[in-house]
Amino acid sequence: MPGTEGLAPRWKWALGLALAFAIGLAIALTPRGSPTAPDTGANTAAAGGIGGPFTLTAPDGKPFTLKDVAGKPFAVYFGFTRCPDVCPTTLSRLARLRGNLSADGSKFAILFVSVDPGHDQPAAVGEYVKLFGTPIIGLTGSEEQLAPVKKAYGVYAAKVPQPDGDYTVDHSTAVLLMDGAGRFADLISHDEPDPSALAKLKALVG
Amino acid sequence: MFQTLRRSSERLHLGRRLLSRAAILSLVAAFPPAALLAHGYKAGAISIAHPWSRQTAPGQTVGGGFLVAANADDKEDRLVSVTSPAAAEVQLHSMAMDGGVMRMRHVTGGLPVQAHGKLELKPGGFHVMFIGLKAPLKLGAKIPATLTFTRAGKVKVEFAVEPISSTGPAAAPAVDHSHAGH
Repeated sequence: MPGTEGLAPRWKWALGLALAFAIGLAIALTPRGSPTAPDTGANTAAAGGIGGPFTLTAPDGKPFTLKDVAGKPFAVYFGFTRCPDVCPTTLSRLARLRGNLSADGSKFAILFVSVDPGHDQPAAVGEYVKLFGTPIIGLTGSEEQLAPVKKAYGVYAAKVPQPDGDYTVDHSTAVLLMDGAGRFADLISHDEPDPSALAKLKALVG
Repeated sequence: MFQTLRRSSERLHLGRRLLSRAAILSLVAAFPPAALLAHGYKAGAISIAHPWSRQTAPGQTVGGGFLVAANADDKEDRLVSVTSPAAAEVQLHSMAMDGGVMRMRHVTGGLPVQAHGKLELKPGGFHVMFIGLKAPLKLGAKIPATLTFTRAGKVKVEFAVEPISSTGPAAAPAVDHSHAGH
């Protein structure tokens, strides 16, 4: 190894050990598994008719409607707080991409709608969204309130009973981007690369 | 690795002992904090690498957990159950993406750890689910749990609570790289 000739053998020994350790660690830390197939977005209806007015419940228990977004473009994501991975990953990513937009990041709102009112009380949804370190509006509603919103926004969500008597919720994972007039603009799928997602957010606030 | 280091240094004179320390310090300095937090456990032929969980919010009664169990034996083992004083119940769950729809399921009967193979509980796949959390999982906390394997028996571990944005020790350095693909 060039540059090590002048070192005492013990230094070479230490260097070799350090190198072996580093290689071992690098191997141990290398992500495994192949990426999943791209999200087709087939779970959302055709782009034409997505969106519309809604009435849901804010963390303080008060009604929250499309008008409360105050004419801002918004990104809306439907999930539940028991969601093991896709929900925290998606919301963390929106928070991160908002940071990448600097001043433009405040030009759109982020809405998280829990489609699991059986487990998620409005106040708990409010606490959950606080974890992401950026303003996110946490909403939920009764099944009666949620049903027309899910339909209007092309969201699939279904309760699935589990062996322990409880249930989980299967749900679509695309983030819907809505313009300042509340019209569908675009969607970000859960496995879409960051640069593409960022470009869509830039277009939304541009 | 560190055991070997320790054994070797016992036979060496003071200078070499200092050298070993210097080597360790330089190793520590060379790696990011996520690597420093990595921790492991062993029971029989089963090694458990870095159990971790994401922080939860007040009012959130459920939290996920992840780990990798490696089996050095010629025979298959099975993770049959997990218990924790931090939760009323701990379940094993699967998660899969199906045409853009996330589907999570309670797995009963345990999960196999193949001979000379690994069982990976990781984001986007199998995970542990702490149900009925007695308190929120706070960032930086260690959540005690006991894993039970058919052959290796019981292993006490601690799940390290990481930020909600964490995608695991392997991906941790990529968190701040906005242009990294997923």
